[in-house]
Amino acid sequence: MRRLRLDRLANPQLLALVGVLAINWLLFPSFFHVTWQDGRFFGSFIDVLNRGAPVAILAIGMTGVIATKGVDLSVGAIMAVCGAVAATMVVAGYPAPIAIIAALAVGLACGLWNGFLVAVLDIQPIVATLVLMVAGRGIAQLITEGSIVTFNDPSLIFVGTGSFLGFPMAAVIAVVLMVLVTLLVRRTAIGLFIQAIGVNRAAASLAGIHSRMLLMLVYALSGLCAAIAGIVVAADIRGADANNSGLWLELDAILAVVIGGTSLLGGRFSIPMAVVGALIIQAMNTGILVSGFPPEFNLVVKAGMIILILLLQSPYAALPFKRRPAASNKTASS
Amino acid sequence: MTIITKLAIAASLATALTSVSIAQDNLKGLVVGFSQIGSESGWRAAETSVTKAQAEERGIDLKFADAQQKQENQIKAIRGFIAQGVDAIMVAPVVATGWEDVLTEAKEAEIPVILLDRGVDAPEDLYLTSVASDQVKEGRVAGQWLVDAVGDADCKVVELQGTVGSTPAINRKQGFEEAIAGHANITIARSQTGDFTRSKGKEVMEGFIKAENGGKDICAVYAHNDDMAVGAIQAIKDAGLKPGTDIKVVSIDAVPDIFAAMVNGEANATVELTPNMAGPAFDALSAYLADGTEPAKFIITESKLYTPADNPQGEYDTRKGLGY
Repeated sequence: MRRLRLDRLANPQLLALVGVLAINWLLFPSFFHVTWQDGRFFGSFIDVLNRGAPVAILAIGMTGVIATKGVDLSVGAIMAVCGAVAATMVVAGYPAPIAIIAALAVGLACGLWNGFLVAVLDIQPIVATLVLMVAGRGIAQLITEGSIVTFNDPSLIFVGTGSFLGFPMAAVIAVVLMVLVTLLVRRTAIGLFIQAIGVNRAAASLAGIHSRMLLMLVYALSGLCAAIAGIVVAADIRGADANNSGLWLELDAILAVVIGGTSLLGGRFSIPMAVVGALIIQAMNTGILVSGFPPEFNLVVKAGMIILILLLQSPYAALPFKRRPAASNKTASS
Repeated sequence: MTIITKLAIAASLATALTSVSIAQDNLKGLVVGFSQIGSESGWRAAETSVTKAQAEERGIDLKFADAQQKQENQIKAIRGFIAQGVDAIMVAPVVATGWEDVLTEAKEAEIPVILLDRGVDAPEDLYLTSVASDQVKEGRVAGQWLVDAVGDADCKVVELQGTVGSTPAINRKQGFEEAIAGHANITIARSQTGDFTRSKGKEVMEGFIKAENGGKDICAVYAHNDDMAVGAIQAIKDAGLKPGTDIKVVSIDAVPDIFAAMVNGEANATVELTPNMAGPAFDALSAYLADGTEPAKFIITESKLYTPADNPQGEYDTRKGLGY
């Protein structure tokens, strides 16, 4: 076990999250006011967890892809496809678990397709995943026949709007997924291999890493995560909206990963920090909603905040603070 | 559902909509080209199926071209129609600009062009008429319903806007504000964009409820389209309040799912954006071909108000088959 060091907690992502939440609290004093209602927690802060979950789930899968120096633009479209599959199947009378498994399988297949294009055919990731980004939404529209497929199956709805120990189901799913995937990559050598491929794929292959296999794995995982997010979003509104489900969410997911400190050039990555990145984005969204800004300002406020957060993370911003405190730490501990 | 049953239901609805059946025998056997934008929304799909049904009812041979949201496809389709020598062309233009050349070609070929549901920036003599709804009026009808519903009681309204900067969002906001102007008891407390989608409508409404004392201060929600209203209804229910009673719900479009909500008493009013733009277009064409009657340059469709008193179950059943 690694020792928990206090200065590890003071990383830019957590500071940014605390900062955004503090601004929300200043703009809307009852932001952290959480009540117990109908067997669940209820409040703006809970909304952040609930609404941030889909992007967090996408970001978990996206982190692995970006760590291999790739990118997955198709996750938003895969969400739409998988939501459509789950919704049309329960409407057609299949039980919810079968529909969910089918939707997950479709997501996995989409991810494997991306992985095949990238790993086997050596197509650049941004081009390879663009194929499904464009075609996927069309496939989803074919499945739903262009309309919003509304369903009333209670077990499928539970995935999106239910609660576990008072917490929204979507947030619980995101946390469980985050823990599982983090354990998978950090308690085995997979994380190290992913990092090696991201830094230099050729060198990693020469060193004996099955880079094709691992690339297939990360894209498949990303597809699977997109499927989970798609099911959650469809279950939340009790309908599969092929035109709008997951629209532009791939960009939010990439942003969450980048805010989380993972480099787009591959290599170093952190899944929990990507989830924190997703929470930062959602905290801003929810803050804008409760603060009462006119909607014309939404994007400007968001862009300004993101520039600020990314500036804070840049090595240059850290320079004036890092050197001297580090030196004083050393003297204090010795 | 097969396309045949969809068309059959569309035809029966269309018959119900055209109360006055004028003899339009002069349209029988005509060839009309229709360049549709695409199928980006349920409403668009409904417009397509109603147009086909309206054409079939009048014995028109409709040539349908789906442009998949691209203007160049529409221009290609119109040039194709001109080359085929069709008797008339209908276009639902995807954007407002860049139509002059192709419309001039149609005019030189003496083929009348009718615009459906959106206008263009081109000289008016290049097209016969334009059939569209009045979006400001839709907002006004929704606002007027609320004014009548609350009477003198104080009412704090939250507004779910469409996509920021889009024409329907601007116009529907303006119309609603016009209707409630002069009624000091009705105020718009909060207004945010829900991007015309269910999930954003739900998310924004959740925020509004938290911001307005757990929703207890909100008297009504006005959504620029029904989909956002459906999302808002779920948010209201999740907050432990009764949509339709505790918080009134008024929206625009009249899609099937809002009628399903009305059946459950969860929505109070919706203003119809009719998918039947082709009916008035064919009527105008018929009169023009018969004796050269120039139709009005802008034909405005009716913005009909629907409330739970208007047989929501029946409306749901008829509309469900239209491809919404």
